[in-house]
Amino acid sequence: MNGRLRVEVGRVAAVAWKDLTAERRTRANANAVLFFSVLVLVLFGFALGPDADALRAAAPGVLWLTVLFSGVLAFNRSYQVELENGAFDVLLLYPGDRRAIFLGKVVANLVFVLAIEALVVPLAAVLYGLPLLAALPGLAAVVLLATFGLVTVGTFYGAMASRVRAREVLLPLLLFPIVIPLLVAAVEGTTAVLAGDPMGEAGAWIRLLVVFDLVFFIACVLAFEHVIEE
Amino acid sequence: MADWSRGAPTPGRPPAVEIEGLARRFGMRWALRGVDLRVEPGEAVALLGRNGSGKTTLLRVVATLLRPTRGRVRVAGRDVVREAAAVREHVGMMGHAPGLYDDLTAAENLRFAVRMMGRVVEEQRIAEALAAVGLAAEAGERVRGFSAGMRRRLVLARLRLQRPDVLLLDEPYASFDAEGVELLNAFVRETVERGGAAVVATHDLARGEGVLGRALVLEAGRLVEEMTVARHSTPGREAVAP
Repeated sequence: MNGRLRVEVGRVAAVAWKDLTAERRTRANANAVLFFSVLVLVLFGFALGPDADALRAAAPGVLWLTVLFSGVLAFNRSYQVELENGAFDVLLLYPGDRRAIFLGKVVANLVFVLAIEALVVPLAAVLYGLPLLAALPGLAAVVLLATFGLVTVGTFYGAMASRVRAREVLLPLLLFPIVIPLLVAAVEGTTAVLAGDPMGEAGAWIRLLVVFDLVFFIACVLAFEHVIEE
Repeated sequence: MADWSRGAPTPGRPPAVEIEGLARRFGMRWALRGVDLRVEPGEAVALLGRNGSGKTTLLRVVATLLRPTRGRVRVAGRDVVREAAAVREHVGMMGHAPGLYDDLTAAENLRFAVRMMGRVVEEQRIAEALAAVGLAAEAGERVRGFSAGMRRRLVLARLRLQRPDVLLLDEPYASFDAEGVELLNAFVRETVERGGAAVVATHDLARGEGVLGRALVLEAGRLVEEMTVARHSTPGREAVAP
């Protein structure tokens, strides 16, 4: 690794470490997001009724909507920390590539959302009667890819919305339409792997997730500097 | 018209800050309307003016946090728009807000800053920076419990670690006690003596006495007057501390 790249990787790691350390100490975001996720899962369960087949059929959609809603809370909070004491300006003033800020926040948000999912997915399996263990390898691939895509786009739009007064409202308005292809692929992919993939379609949904992740990751990295300028 | 916006040039070195025809608009309101200013290495300049006169906007443009609507701004010979990343290598800013993280300790805030500067963290230097601003005993405490003055001192420690060529200070004396003011002035003096420069937006010129040379007055986005700060020998009108 050349010197310049090593420095930028160090800056990415510094941003991720800072966000995760602050979160680990306060758990302000984690507690709220976890409680919210559990609540959404339970409420959907009540809304769908006691029919076990209906619950199982709806479970992938419920699971990914829960992750999406929880993600919005996490992405908003990620920039709220920077705005509280004017830290965002200081971050922008450091020399070096500003994309390191974005990448560091992607890493921190990815760890955070995956940690939430590590609790929410088993809970969904219990509440909705899902065969989690049998589907684990395929489900892990879908969860990792869909979460990476969601976190990339969410972190990007979180930065864009952070400069606006009504950011809590703006972020979902920006984010939800963009992630529709990701949501469809994640729900269909999850449905396929949970059913044992009888039609062999899981691979196609996973490929769609890979393409979404690549396209949006590159686009977000390239555009980040432009969206954070006042 | 007197060419009061220009400091004495330093042979062989570009001006620390060079501003030509700077204008900046927010919506329909012009915050800056054609500012010309030159700050040479080794100079500490005060920016005076009422609230809303454009002092903070000017500093933010020089710091690359805002793009100019019109005009050209250079820091150490580098254009703030086309060479923004290079400019950020030279500038250090103390703004209204400290830009610290409440849930990190004082030492952790500095370690994070050093890593973001792309430098290797040296614990000895961090301990020295904290000691220099009187926060050695609070190194392991979370910033959440710090007073406004202690936060200011920590920002000063961060600047000491950065050692920028161009210091941009926006109301730096607010929240500092007398000892804090002396620490800040000593740092500005040290920066200027090693060939750096400082631009200090302030309402409290008295606290910068003995450090600040020229004082420039901004009014409605225009530089309207230059004064020499009291006790300096340059002829012309003197800005006397209240």
